[in-house]
Amino acid sequence: MSTSTTAAVSPPPTASTAPAGGERPRSGRRPPWRTWLLAVPVPVVLLLLWDRGVAGAWTLPLGIQMGFLPEPLQVARRLADLAFGGLVEDSYSRTLWIHLYASSLRVVQGFLLAVVLAVPLGIVMGRSSVLFRMLEPTINLVRPIPVTAWAPLSLLIIGFGDRSTIFLVFLAAFFPVLLNTITGVRQVPQRLLEAAAMLGTPAVQALYKVVLPAAVPSIVSGLRIALGLAWVILVVGETVGINVGLGAMITQARDQSRTDLIICGMVVIGLAGFLADRLLVLLVRLVAGRRPLVNP
Amino acid sequence: MVKIGTPRPARPADISVRALVKQYPGTSSPAMAGVDLDIAAGEFVCVVGASGCGKSTLLRILAGFEDATAGQVTVSTEPVRGPGPERGVVFQDYGLFPWLTVAENVAYGPRQARLAKREVTARTERALETVGLSRLASSFPQQLSGGMQQRVAIARVLANQPAVLLMDEPFGALDALTRSSLQRELKRIHRETGTTVVFVTHSVEEAVYLADRVVVMAGGTSHGNSGYVREVVEIGLPEPRDVTGEAFNELKRRIDRLIHLPNATAPAPRSSGGVPVAS
Ligand SMILES: Nc1ncnc2c1ncn2[C@@H]1O[C@H](COP(=O)(O)OP(=O)(O)OP(=O)(O)O)[C@@H](O)[C@H]1O
Ligand SMILES: [Mg+2]
Repeated sequence: MSTSTTAAVSPPPTASTAPAGGERPRSGRRPPWRTWLLAVPVPVVLLLLWDRGVAGAWTLPLGIQMGFLPEPLQVARRLADLAFGGLVEDSYSRTLWIHLYASSLRVVQGFLLAVVLAVPLGIVMGRSSVLFRMLEPTINLVRPIPVTAWAPLSLLIIGFGDRSTIFLVFLAAFFPVLLNTITGVRQVPQRLLEAAAMLGTPAVQALYKVVLPAAVPSIVSGLRIALGLAWVILVVGETVGINVGLGAMITQARDQSRTDLIICGMVVIGLAGFLADRLLVLLVRLVAGRRPLVNP
Repeated sequence: MVKIGTPRPARPADISVRALVKQYPGTSSPAMAGVDLDIAAGEFVCVVGASGCGKSTLLRILAGFEDATAGQVTVSTEPVRGPGPERGVVFQDYGLFPWLTVAENVAYGPRQARLAKREVTARTERALETVGLSRLASSFPQQLSGGMQQRVAIARVLANQPAVLLMDEPFGALDALTRSSLQRELKRIHRETGTTVVFVTHSVEEAVYLADRVVVMAGGTSHGNSGYVREVVEIGLPEPRDVTGEAFNELKRRIDRLIHLPNATAPAPRSSGGVPVAS
Protein backbone atom coordinates (compact mmCIF):
# COMPACT_ATOMS: atom_id res chain seq x y z
CA MET A 1 0.00 0.00 0.00
CA SER A 2 2.64 2.46 1.05
CA THR A 3 4.44 2.30 -2.26
CA SER A 4 1.29 2.94 -4.24
CA THR A 5 0.28 5.90 -2.10
CA THR A 6 3.64 7.61 -2.13
CA ALA A 7 3.46 7.77 -5.89
CA ALA A 8 0.27 9.76 -5.64
CA VAL A 9 1.56 11.93 -2.83
CA SER A 10 4.34 13.55 -4.79
CA PRO A 11 3.22 17.11 -5.37
CA PRO A 12 2.07 18.28 -8.77
CA PRO A 13 4.68 19.96 -10.93
CA THR A 14 3.66 23.40 -9.76
CA ALA A 15 4.08 22.51 -6.12
CA SER A 16 7.48 24.11 -5.74
CA THR A 17 6.26 27.46 -6.96
CA ALA A 18 2.94 27.45 -5.14
CA PRO A 19 3.04 25.52 -1.90
CA ALA A 20 -0.49 24.70 -0.77
CA GLY A 21 0.22 25.66 2.79
CA GLY A 22 2.56 27.33 5.16
CA GLU A 23 5.18 29.77 4.16
CA ARG A 24 6.28 30.36 0.63
CA PRO A 25 9.84 29.29 0.01
CA ARG A 26 12.03 32.34 0.33
CA SER A 27 13.59 32.70 -3.08
CA GLY A 28 16.75 34.10 -1.62
CA ARG A 29 16.94 37.84 -1.29
CA ARG A 30 17.11 38.44 -5.03
CA PRO A 31 14.78 41.03 -6.50
CA PRO A 32 11.84 39.41 -8.31
CA TRP A 33 12.73 40.89 -11.71
CA ARG A 34 15.91 38.82 -11.79
CA THR A 35 13.89 35.64 -11.38
CA TRP A 36 11.65 36.74 -14.22
CA LEU A 37 14.63 37.57 -16.36
CA LEU A 38 16.04 34.10 -15.84
CA ALA A 39 12.79 32.49 -16.90
CA VAL A 40 12.44 34.42 -20.16
CA PRO A 41 15.20 33.04 -22.49
CA VAL A 42 14.10 29.38 -22.62
CA PRO A 43 10.56 29.94 -23.94
CA VAL A 44 11.84 32.61 -26.33
CA VAL A 45 14.39 30.21 -27.80
CA LEU A 46 11.77 27.45 -28.06
CA LEU A 47 9.40 29.77 -29.92
CA LEU A 48 12.20 30.81 -32.28
CA LEU A 49 13.11 27.16 -32.95
CA TRP A 50 9.46 26.38 -33.60
CA ASP A 51 9.18 29.26 -36.04
CA ARG A 52 12.39 28.38 -37.89
CA GLY A 53 11.48 24.69 -37.90
CA VAL A 54 8.17 25.36 -39.59
CA ALA A 55 9.74 27.72 -42.10
CA GLY A 56 12.49 25.20 -42.92
CA ALA A 57 10.14 22.20 -42.77
CA TRP A 58 12.52 20.36 -40.46
CA THR A 59 12.15 16.68 -39.85
CA LEU A 60 12.89 15.72 -36.25
CA PRO A 61 13.49 12.26 -34.77
CA LEU A 62 10.41 10.00 -34.58
CA GLY A 63 9.35 11.43 -37.89
CA ILE A 64 8.10 14.74 -36.55
CA GLN A 65 7.55 16.86 -39.63
CA MET A 66 7.55 20.46 -38.56
CA GLY A 67 6.34 21.56 -41.96
CA PHE A 68 2.86 20.43 -40.97
CA LEU A 69 2.79 22.80 -38.00
CA PRO A 70 1.42 26.34 -38.11
CA GLU A 71 3.84 29.13 -37.21
CA PRO A 72 3.66 30.48 -33.66
CA LEU A 73 2.34 33.80 -34.88
CA GLN A 74 -0.43 32.07 -36.78
CA VAL A 75 -1.42 30.22 -33.63
CA ALA A 76 -1.40 33.43 -31.62
CA ARG A 77 -3.60 35.08 -34.24
CA ARG A 78 -6.01 32.17 -34.22
CA LEU A 79 -6.13 32.15 -30.43
CA ALA A 80 -6.93 35.86 -30.30
CA ASP A 81 -9.67 35.32 -32.86
CA LEU A 82 -11.05 32.35 -30.93
CA ALA A 83 -11.33 34.58 -27.93
CA PHE A 84 -12.32 37.96 -29.32
CA GLY A 85 -12.91 37.54 -33.06
CA GLY A 86 -12.11 40.21 -35.62
CA LEU A 87 -9.02 38.53 -37.12
CA VAL A 88 -10.00 35.37 -38.98
CA GLU A 89 -13.77 35.57 -38.76
CA ASP A 90 -14.96 32.04 -39.40
CA SER A 91 -17.29 29.69 -37.55
CA TYR A 92 -14.72 29.36 -34.72
CA SER A 93 -14.46 33.05 -33.92
CA ARG A 94 -15.36 34.04 -30.36
CA THR A 95 -16.33 30.44 -29.48
CA LEU A 96 -13.50 29.91 -26.98
CA TRP A 97 -15.52 30.98 -23.96
CA ILE A 98 -18.39 28.64 -24.69
CA HIS A 99 -15.99 25.71 -24.95
CA LEU A 100 -14.05 26.75 -21.89
CA TYR A 101 -17.21 27.20 -19.86
CA ALA A 102 -18.63 23.81 -20.87
CA SER A 103 -15.36 22.04 -20.09
CA SER A 104 -14.88 23.84 -16.77
CA LEU A 105 -18.37 22.87 -15.70
CA ARG A 106 -17.67 19.21 -16.40
CA VAL A 107 -14.33 19.34 -14.62
CA VAL A 108 -15.85 21.03 -11.58
CA GLN A 109 -18.76 18.59 -11.35
CA GLY A 110 -16.65 15.45 -11.72
CA PHE A 111 -14.00 16.82 -9.40
CA LEU A 112 -16.46 17.85 -6.67
CA LEU A 113 -18.21 14.50 -6.83
CA ALA A 114 -14.85 12.78 -6.38
CA VAL A 115 -13.93 15.03 -3.43
CA VAL A 116 -17.27 14.58 -1.69
CA LEU A 117 -16.95 10.80 -1.87
CA ALA A 118 -13.20 10.27 -1.58
CA VAL A 119 -12.44 12.49 1.42
CA PRO A 120 -14.89 10.91 3.88
CA LEU A 121 -14.07 7.43 2.57
CA GLY A 122 -10.35 8.19 2.94
CA ILE A 123 -10.86 9.38 6.50
CA VAL A 124 -12.68 6.24 7.63
CA MET A 125 -10.30 3.99 5.68
CA GLY A 126 -7.33 5.73 7.25
CA ARG A 127 -8.73 5.23 10.73
CA SER A 128 -10.31 1.80 10.53
CA SER A 129 -7.95 -1.03 9.75
CA VAL A 130 -10.89 -3.38 9.15
CA LEU A 131 -12.38 -1.10 6.48
CA PHE A 132 -8.93 -0.56 5.04
CA ARG A 133 -8.20 -4.25 4.69
CA MET A 134 -11.68 -4.76 3.25
CA LEU A 135 -11.39 -2.10 0.55
CA GLU A 136 -7.71 -1.64 -0.18
CA PRO A 137 -7.20 -4.72 -2.41
CA THR A 138 -10.21 -3.85 -4.56
CA ILE A 139 -9.14 -0.24 -4.86
CA ASN A 140 -5.64 -1.15 -5.87
CA LEU A 141 -6.98 -3.59 -8.45
CA VAL A 142 -9.22 -1.01 -10.06
CA ARG A 143 -6.86 1.93 -9.76
CA PRO A 144 -4.22 0.87 -12.35
CA ILE A 145 -6.86 0.77 -15.11
CA PRO A 146 -6.18 4.00 -17.00
CA VAL A 147 -9.17 6.30 -17.09
CA THR A 148 -8.77 6.47 -20.86
CA ALA A 149 -9.51 2.75 -20.93
CA TRP A 150 -12.82 3.45 -19.22
CA ALA A 151 -13.85 5.89 -21.95
CA PRO A 152 -15.31 3.42 -24.49
CA LEU A 153 -17.15 1.52 -21.77
CA SER A 154 -18.58 4.64 -20.20
CA LEU A 155 -19.94 5.71 -23.58
CA LEU A 156 -21.79 2.42 -23.83
CA ILE A 157 -23.12 2.24 -20.31
CA ILE A 158 -23.84 5.94 -19.79
CA GLY A 159 -24.34 7.14 -23.33
CA PHE A 160 -23.19 10.18 -25.25
CA GLY A 161 -23.16 13.47 -23.48
CA ASP A 162 -22.15 15.33 -20.37
CA ARG A 163 -22.60 12.61 -17.83
CA SER A 164 -20.17 10.24 -19.47
CA THR A 165 -17.46 12.93 -19.42
CA ILE A 166 -18.26 13.86 -15.84
CA PHE A 167 -17.96 10.21 -14.89
CA LEU A 168 -14.50 9.99 -16.46
CA VAL A 169 -13.39 13.17 -14.70
CA PHE A 170 -14.74 11.73 -11.47
CA LEU A 171 -12.77 8.50 -11.97
CA ALA A 172 -9.59 10.40 -12.73
CA ALA A 173 -9.96 12.58 -9.64
CA PHE A 174 -11.24 9.96 -7.21
CA PHE A 175 -8.12 7.88 -6.58
CA PRO A 176 -5.55 10.60 -5.95
CA VAL A 177 -7.92 12.28 -3.47
CA LEU A 178 -8.67 8.96 -1.77
CA LEU A 179 -5.06 7.79 -1.51
CA ASN A 180 -3.76 11.14 -0.29
CA THR A 181 -6.51 11.39 2.28
CA ILE A 182 -5.68 7.91 3.58
CA THR A 183 -1.99 8.77 3.75
CA GLY A 184 -2.71 12.06 5.51
CA VAL A 185 -5.02 10.43 8.01
CA ARG A 186 -2.53 7.69 8.79
CA GLN A 187 0.14 10.29 9.47
CA VAL A 188 -1.92 12.14 12.06
CA PRO A 189 0.14 11.84 15.24
CA GLN A 190 -1.43 9.58 17.84
CA ARG A 191 -0.57 12.30 20.34
CA LEU A 192 -3.14 14.70 18.89
CA LEU A 193 -5.85 12.06 19.20
CA GLU A 194 -4.83 11.44 22.80
CA ALA A 195 -4.92 15.17 23.48
CA ALA A 196 -8.39 15.43 21.96
CA ALA A 197 -9.60 12.42 23.94
CA MET A 198 -8.38 13.75 27.28
CA LEU A 199 -10.03 17.10 26.50
CA GLY A 200 -13.35 15.31 26.17
CA THR A 201 -13.67 14.51 22.45
CA PRO A 202 -15.63 11.34 21.59
CA ALA A 203 -13.91 9.17 18.98
CA VAL A 204 -16.34 9.97 16.16
CA GLN A 205 -16.06 13.72 16.74
CA ALA A 206 -12.29 13.42 16.68
CA LEU A 207 -12.60 12.41 13.02
CA TYR A 208 -13.61 15.91 11.96
CA LYS A 209 -12.20 17.90 14.86
CA VAL A 210 -8.68 16.48 14.73
CA VAL A 211 -8.13 13.93 11.96
CA LEU A 212 -9.55 16.06 9.16
CA PRO A 213 -7.71 19.32 9.97
CA ALA A 214 -4.48 17.45 10.67
CA ALA A 215 -4.72 15.69 7.29
CA VAL A 216 -5.52 18.87 5.34
CA PRO A 217 -2.04 19.39 3.86
CA SER A 218 -2.02 15.89 2.43
CA ILE A 219 -5.63 16.15 1.24
CA VAL A 220 -4.86 19.44 -0.50
CA SER A 221 -1.97 17.91 -2.42
CA GLY A 222 -4.34 15.11 -3.43
CA LEU A 223 -6.86 17.68 -4.64
CA ARG A 224 -4.23 19.39 -6.74
CA ILE A 225 -3.11 16.17 -8.42
CA ALA A 226 -6.74 15.24 -8.99
CA LEU A 227 -7.65 18.58 -10.50
CA GLY A 228 -4.71 18.32 -12.88
CA LEU A 229 -5.79 14.85 -13.98
CA ALA A 230 -9.36 16.06 -14.40
CA TRP A 231 -8.20 18.45 -17.15
CA VAL A 232 -6.03 15.75 -18.68
CA ILE A 233 -9.01 13.49 -19.20
CA LEU A 234 -11.06 16.15 -21.00
CA VAL A 235 -9.51 15.58 -24.41
CA VAL A 236 -10.51 11.93 -24.25
CA GLY A 237 -13.77 12.48 -22.41
CA GLU A 238 -15.09 15.02 -24.88
CA THR A 239 -14.09 13.15 -28.04
CA VAL A 240 -17.33 11.42 -28.87
CA GLY A 241 -20.87 12.69 -28.87
CA ILE A 242 -20.06 16.11 -27.48
CA ASN A 243 -20.19 19.32 -29.48
CA VAL A 244 -19.15 21.93 -26.98
CA GLY A 245 -15.99 21.79 -24.92
CA LEU A 246 -12.26 22.20 -25.41
CA GLY A 247 -11.82 18.48 -26.09
CA ALA A 248 -14.68 18.56 -28.58
CA MET A 249 -13.12 21.56 -30.27
CA ILE A 250 -9.82 19.71 -30.62
CA THR A 251 -11.58 16.64 -32.03
CA GLN A 252 -13.46 18.75 -34.52
CA ALA A 253 -10.25 20.55 -35.51
CA ARG A 254 -8.49 17.22 -35.98
CA ASP A 255 -11.23 16.02 -38.31
CA GLN A 256 -10.64 19.18 -40.35
CA SER A 257 -6.82 18.89 -40.08
CA ARG A 258 -6.67 22.35 -38.47
CA THR A 259 -3.37 22.19 -36.58
CA ASP A 260 -3.60 25.83 -35.50
CA LEU A 261 -6.92 25.15 -33.75
CA ILE A 262 -5.58 21.98 -32.17
CA ILE A 263 -2.64 23.85 -30.71
CA CYS A 264 -4.97 26.60 -29.48
CA GLY A 265 -7.05 23.94 -27.71
CA MET A 266 -3.91 22.45 -26.18
CA VAL A 267 -2.72 25.84 -24.97
CA VAL A 268 -6.08 26.72 -23.47
CA ILE A 269 -6.42 23.39 -21.67
CA GLY A 270 -2.93 23.82 -20.29
CA LEU A 271 -3.65 27.34 -19.13
CA ALA A 272 -7.01 26.34 -17.69
CA GLY A 273 -5.39 23.52 -15.72
CA PHE A 274 -2.74 25.90 -14.45
CA LEU A 275 -5.29 28.54 -13.46
CA ALA A 276 -7.54 25.96 -11.82
CA ASP A 277 -4.61 24.85 -9.68
CA ARG A 278 -3.87 28.44 -8.69
CA LEU A 279 -7.53 29.03 -7.91
CA LEU A 280 -7.66 25.92 -5.75
CA VAL A 281 -4.59 27.01 -3.81
CA LEU A 282 -6.08 30.47 -3.40
CA LEU A 283 -9.35 29.00 -2.19
CA VAL A 284 -7.55 26.84 0.35
CA ARG A 285 -5.65 29.91 1.59
CA LEU A 286 -8.89 31.87 1.84
CA VAL A 287 -10.60 29.15 3.83
CA ALA A 288 -7.58 28.57 6.05
CA GLY A 289 -6.98 32.26 6.64
CA ARG A 290 -3.71 32.64 8.49
CA ARG A 291 -3.88 29.16 9.97
CA PRO A 292 -0.70 27.25 9.26
CA LEU A 293 -1.24 24.28 6.96
CA VAL A 294 1.55 22.04 8.12
CA ASN A 295 1.87 18.40 8.87
CA PRO A 296 1.60 18.31 12.62
CA MET B 1 -1.79 43.79 38.17
CA VAL B 2 -5.26 42.37 38.69
CA LYS B 3 -5.30 38.63 39.21
CA ILE B 4 -8.43 37.05 37.83
CA GLY B 5 -7.79 33.99 39.93
CA THR B 6 -6.60 30.58 38.89
CA PRO B 7 -9.28 28.14 37.73
CA ARG B 8 -10.04 25.60 40.40
CA PRO B 9 -11.32 22.09 39.99
CA ALA B 10 -14.76 21.36 41.36
CA ARG B 11 -13.10 18.95 43.74
CA PRO B 12 -9.59 17.49 43.61
CA ALA B 13 -9.66 13.75 43.29
CA ASP B 14 -7.92 11.02 45.17
CA ILE B 15 -6.41 8.13 43.25
CA SER B 16 -6.28 4.50 44.20
CA VAL B 17 -4.32 1.84 42.36
CA ARG B 18 -4.71 -1.81 43.41
CA ALA B 19 -2.68 -4.81 42.21
CA LEU B 20 -2.22 -3.17 38.84
CA VAL B 21 -0.70 -5.29 36.06
CA LYS B 22 -0.03 -4.16 32.52
CA GLN B 23 1.08 -6.51 29.79
CA TYR B 24 1.26 -5.06 26.29
CA PRO B 25 -0.17 -7.17 23.51
CA GLY B 26 2.54 -9.18 21.77
CA THR B 27 4.94 -9.15 24.71
CA SER B 28 5.83 -12.20 26.75
CA SER B 29 5.81 -10.66 30.23
CA PRO B 30 4.06 -7.75 31.94
CA ALA B 31 5.71 -4.33 31.63
CA MET B 32 4.47 -3.58 35.10
CA ALA B 33 3.01 -5.76 37.82
CA GLY B 34 1.63 -5.60 41.34
CA VAL B 35 1.53 -1.85 41.63
CA ASP B 36 -0.40 -0.48 44.59
CA LEU B 37 -0.57 3.22 45.19
CA ASP B 38 -2.78 5.65 47.07
CA ILE B 39 -2.72 9.33 46.33
CA ALA B 40 -4.69 11.78 48.45
CA ALA B 41 -6.80 14.54 46.96
CA GLY B 42 -4.68 17.61 46.32
CA GLU B 43 -1.43 15.75 46.76
CA PHE B 44 1.58 16.35 44.49
CA VAL B 45 3.25 13.04 43.69
CA CYS B 46 6.33 12.57 41.54
CA VAL B 47 7.22 9.25 39.93
CA VAL B 48 10.89 8.48 39.29
CA GLY B 49 12.77 5.39 38.16
CA ALA B 50 15.15 4.08 35.54
CA SER B 51 14.11 4.04 31.93
CA GLY B 52 11.62 1.29 31.07
CA CYS B 53 10.36 0.66 34.59
CA GLY B 54 6.83 1.58 33.61
CA LYS B 55 6.39 5.22 34.66
CA SER B 56 4.67 6.22 31.45
CA THR B 57 2.68 3.03 31.48
CA LEU B 58 1.32 3.86 34.93
CA LEU B 59 0.48 7.43 33.91
CA ARG B 60 -1.17 6.36 30.66
CA ILE B 61 -3.35 3.89 32.56
CA LEU B 62 -4.39 6.66 34.95
CA ALA B 63 -5.14 8.85 31.92
CA GLY B 64 -7.23 6.08 30.38
CA PHE B 65 -5.11 5.78 27.24
CA GLU B 66 -4.20 2.19 28.13
CA ASP B 67 -6.34 -0.49 29.74
CA ALA B 68 -5.05 -2.33 32.78
CA THR B 69 -4.45 -6.03 32.21
CA ALA B 70 -5.45 -6.72 35.81
CA GLY B 71 -6.13 -4.73 38.96
CA GLN B 72 -8.22 -1.68 39.77
CA VAL B 73 -7.62 1.99 39.17
CA THR B 74 -10.10 4.47 40.62
CA VAL B 75 -10.15 8.26 40.61
CA SER B 76 -12.56 9.71 43.22
CA THR B 77 -13.90 6.18 43.67
CA GLU B 78 -14.83 6.06 39.96
CA PRO B 79 -13.10 3.26 38.00
CA VAL B 80 -11.07 4.72 35.15
CA ARG B 81 -12.66 3.93 31.78
CA GLY B 82 -10.97 5.78 28.97
CA PRO B 83 -9.66 9.34 28.94
CA GLY B 84 -11.74 12.25 30.20
CA PRO B 85 -11.53 15.98 30.86
CA GLU B 86 -11.46 15.53 34.65
CA ARG B 87 -7.98 14.05 34.17
CA GLY B 88 -5.88 16.57 32.29
CA VAL B 89 -2.72 15.24 30.64
CA VAL B 90 0.39 17.26 29.85
CA PHE B 91 2.71 15.53 27.40
CA GLN B 92 6.44 15.98 27.00
CA ASP B 93 5.83 16.93 23.35
CA TYR B 94 2.90 19.29 24.18
CA GLY B 95 0.41 17.76 21.71
CA LEU B 96 -1.08 21.16 20.81
CA PHE B 97 -3.34 21.47 17.77
CA PRO B 98 -1.17 23.35 15.27
CA TRP B 99 -4.14 24.68 13.26
CA LEU B 100 -5.68 26.38 16.31
CA THR B 101 -4.48 29.58 17.92
CA VAL B 102 -3.23 29.54 21.49
CA ALA B 103 -6.62 30.80 22.71
CA GLU B 104 -8.51 28.26 20.60
CA ASN B 105 -6.31 25.47 21.93
CA VAL B 106 -7.13 26.55 25.48
CA ALA B 107 -10.83 27.03 24.69
CA TYR B 108 -11.04 23.57 23.10
CA GLY B 109 -11.92 21.72 26.33
CA PRO B 110 -14.56 24.17 27.61
CA ARG B 111 -16.15 24.25 24.13
CA GLN B 112 -16.12 20.48 24.02
CA ALA B 113 -17.95 20.56 27.37
CA ARG B 114 -20.57 22.81 25.69
CA LEU B 115 -20.17 25.57 28.25
CA ALA B 116 -21.79 28.92 27.54
CA LYS B 117 -19.75 31.25 25.34
CA ARG B 118 -19.14 33.67 28.22
CA GLU B 119 -17.89 30.89 30.44
CA VAL B 120 -15.60 29.59 27.69
CA THR B 121 -14.07 33.03 27.25
CA ALA B 122 -13.72 33.55 30.97
CA ARG B 123 -12.01 30.21 31.51
CA THR B 124 -9.70 30.69 28.55
CA GLU B 125 -8.64 34.12 29.77
CA ARG B 126 -8.12 32.89 33.30
CA ALA B 127 -6.08 29.88 32.19
CA LEU B 128 -3.91 32.00 29.90
CA GLU B 129 -3.46 34.55 32.67
CA THR B 130 -2.36 31.77 35.01
CA VAL B 131 0.48 30.73 32.73
CA GLY B 132 1.26 34.34 31.74
CA LEU B 133 0.43 34.00 28.05
CA SER B 134 -2.53 36.38 27.64
CA ARG B 135 -0.45 38.47 25.26
CA LEU B 136 0.06 35.56 22.83
CA ALA B 137 -3.56 34.42 22.68
CA SER B 138 -3.81 34.81 18.91
CA SER B 139 -0.45 33.25 18.03
CA PHE B 140 -0.16 29.76 16.63
CA PRO B 141 1.71 27.06 18.59
CA GLN B 142 4.54 26.71 16.08
CA GLN B 143 5.36 30.40 16.52
CA LEU B 144 6.17 29.80 20.20
CA SER B 145 9.22 28.45 21.99
CA GLY B 146 9.06 25.02 23.62
CA GLY B 147 8.58 26.53 27.07
CA MET B 148 5.71 28.69 25.87
CA GLN B 149 4.09 25.77 24.08
CA GLN B 150 4.24 23.77 27.29
CA ARG B 151 2.60 26.69 29.11
CA VAL B 152 -0.20 26.60 26.54
CA ALA B 153 -0.55 22.86 27.08
CA ILE B 154 -0.84 23.44 30.82
CA ALA B 155 -3.36 26.25 30.32
CA ARG B 156 -5.34 23.97 27.99
CA VAL B 157 -5.90 21.39 30.72
CA LEU B 158 -6.40 24.00 33.46
CA ALA B 159 -9.29 25.44 31.45
CA ASN B 160 -11.06 22.13 32.00
CA GLN B 161 -10.61 22.56 35.76
CA PRO B 162 -9.40 18.97 36.07
CA ALA B 163 -9.53 17.03 39.30
CA VAL B 164 -6.21 15.41 38.44
CA LEU B 165 -3.23 16.69 36.49
CA LEU B 166 -1.13 13.94 34.86
CA MET B 167 2.26 15.02 33.55
CA ASP B 168 4.79 12.79 31.76
CA GLU B 169 8.22 14.43 31.81
CA PRO B 170 6.56 17.73 30.85
CA PHE B 171 9.73 19.76 31.22
CA GLY B 172 12.12 17.07 29.95
CA ALA B 173 12.73 18.77 26.61
CA LEU B 174 13.24 22.28 27.99
CA ASP B 175 16.42 24.16 28.84
CA ALA B 176 17.40 24.49 32.49
CA LEU B 177 16.27 28.09 32.88
CA THR B 178 12.83 27.56 31.34
CA ARG B 179 12.54 24.38 33.27
CA SER B 180 13.10 25.96 36.66
CA SER B 181 10.72 28.82 35.98
CA LEU B 182 8.03 26.38 34.88
CA GLN B 183 8.65 24.32 38.01
CA ARG B 184 8.00 27.39 40.16
CA GLU B 185 4.87 28.19 38.16
CA LEU B 186 3.56 24.65 38.44
CA LYS B 187 4.08 24.79 42.19
CA ARG B 188 2.11 28.03 42.36
CA ILE B 189 -0.65 26.57 40.17
CA HIS B 190 -0.83 23.51 42.40
CA ARG B 191 -1.06 25.70 45.49
CA GLU B 192 -3.80 27.85 43.96
CA THR B 193 -5.89 25.10 42.37
CA GLY B 194 -5.39 22.34 44.89
CA THR B 195 -5.45 19.86 42.02
CA THR B 196 -4.00 16.40 42.54
CA VAL B 197 -0.81 16.10 40.47
CA VAL B 198 1.01 12.99 39.27
CA PHE B 199 4.27 14.04 37.70
CA VAL B 200 6.71 11.65 36.00
CA THR B 201 10.31 12.84 35.77
CA HIS B 202 13.85 11.60 35.24
CA SER B 203 15.25 14.31 37.45
CA VAL B 204 15.47 13.41 41.13
CA GLU B 205 16.12 17.05 41.94
CA GLU B 206 12.92 18.08 40.18
CA ALA B 207 11.01 15.41 42.07
CA VAL B 208 12.32 16.45 45.48
CA TYR B 209 11.68 20.12 44.67
CA LEU B 210 8.08 19.58 43.54
CA ALA B 211 6.61 16.63 45.36
CA ASP B 212 4.88 15.90 48.62
CA ARG B 213 5.84 12.28 48.04
CA VAL B 214 8.13 10.60 45.53
CA VAL B 215 7.23 7.17 44.12
CA VAL B 216 10.39 5.27 43.20
CA MET B 217 9.79 2.59 40.58
CA ALA B 218 12.24 -0.14 39.59
CA GLY B 219 12.57 -3.24 37.46
CA GLY B 220 11.32 -3.37 33.92
CA THR B 221 11.66 -5.75 31.02
CA SER B 222 15.28 -4.71 30.44
CA HIS B 223 16.01 -6.04 33.95
CA GLY B 224 14.28 -9.32 33.20
CA ASN B 225 11.27 -8.59 35.39
CA SER B 226 8.25 -6.34 35.50
CA GLY B 227 8.25 -2.77 36.71
CA TYR B 228 7.08 -2.24 40.29
CA VAL B 229 7.02 0.39 43.01
CA ARG B 230 10.19 0.02 45.10
CA GLU B 231 9.44 2.65 47.69
CA VAL B 232 7.45 5.79 48.33
CA VAL B 233 9.51 8.55 49.91
CA GLU B 234 7.86 11.24 52.01
CA ILE B 235 9.51 14.60 51.28
CA GLY B 236 8.09 16.77 54.05
CA LEU B 237 10.41 19.72 53.40
CA PRO B 238 9.10 23.18 54.26
CA GLU B 239 8.30 25.69 51.51
CA PRO B 240 10.03 27.41 49.82
CA ARG B 241 12.45 24.56 49.26
CA ASP B 242 16.16 25.28 49.24
CA VAL B 243 17.71 23.07 46.58
CA THR B 244 21.16 23.61 48.12
CA GLY B 245 20.05 22.71 51.64
CA GLU B 246 21.36 19.70 53.54
CA ALA B 247 17.97 18.05 54.03
CA PHE B 248 17.14 18.50 50.35
CA ASN B 249 20.33 16.83 49.22
CA GLU B 250 20.03 14.04 51.74
CA LEU B 251 16.64 13.17 50.21
CA LYS B 252 18.10 13.41 46.73
CA ARG B 253 20.91 10.99 47.63
CA ARG B 254 18.47 8.57 49.22
CA ILE B 255 16.20 8.51 46.18
CA ASP B 256 19.20 8.19 43.87
CA ARG B 257 20.36 5.15 45.83
CA LEU B 258 16.86 3.63 45.61
CA ILE B 259 16.80 4.12 41.85
CA HIS B 260 20.20 2.55 41.33
CA LEU B 261 19.86 -0.25 43.86
CA PRO B 262 20.91 -3.52 42.17
CA ASN B 263 17.92 -5.33 40.85
CA ALA B 264 18.81 -8.51 42.77
CA THR B 265 17.25 -6.96 45.86
CA ALA B 266 13.94 -6.59 44.04
CA PRO B 267 11.36 -8.70 45.80
CA ALA B 268 9.69 -11.55 43.93
CA PRO B 269 9.23 -10.16 40.45
CA ARG B 270 6.26 -10.66 38.16
CA SER B 271 4.21 -13.11 40.16
CA SER B 272 0.99 -11.19 39.89
CA GLY B 273 -0.53 -10.77 43.29
CA GLY B 274 2.38 -11.37 45.60
CA VAL B 275 4.42 -8.40 44.47
CA PRO B 276 5.43 -5.71 46.96
CA VAL B 277 2.87 -3.29 48.28
CA ALA B 278 4.19 0.23 48.43
CA SER B 279 3.91 2.62 51.37
N1 LIG C 1 2.83 0.27 23.37
C1 LIG C 1 3.72 -0.60 23.87
N2 LIG C 1 3.83 -1.85 23.36
C2 LIG C 1 4.70 -2.74 23.86
N3 LIG C 1 5.54 -2.48 24.87
C3 LIG C 1 5.51 -1.26 25.41
C4 LIG C 1 4.61 -0.24 24.94
N4 LIG C 1 4.80 0.86 25.67
C5 LIG C 1 5.77 0.57 26.54
N5 LIG C 1 6.21 -0.69 26.40
C6 LIG C 1 7.24 -1.36 27.21
O1 LIG C 1 6.87 -1.28 28.55
C7 LIG C 1 7.97 -1.02 29.38
C8 LIG C 1 7.72 0.21 30.21
O2 LIG C 1 7.63 1.33 29.34
P1 LIG C 1 7.35 2.79 29.86
O3 LIG C 1 7.27 3.66 28.67
O4 LIG C 1 6.20 2.80 30.77
O5 LIG C 1 8.67 3.12 30.68
P2 LIG C 1 9.15 4.48 31.33
O6 LIG C 1 9.44 4.20 32.75
O7 LIG C 1 8.18 5.55 31.03
O8 LIG C 1 10.49 4.72 30.55
P3 LIG C 1 11.18 6.11 30.17
O9 LIG C 1 11.79 6.61 31.42
O10 LIG C 1 12.20 5.72 29.16
O11 LIG C 1 10.11 7.00 29.62
C9 LIG C 1 9.17 -0.90 28.45
O12 LIG C 1 9.86 -2.13 28.44
C10 LIG C 1 8.56 -0.66 27.10
O13 LIG C 1 9.36 -1.20 26.09
MG1 LIG D 1 8.21 7.37 29.83
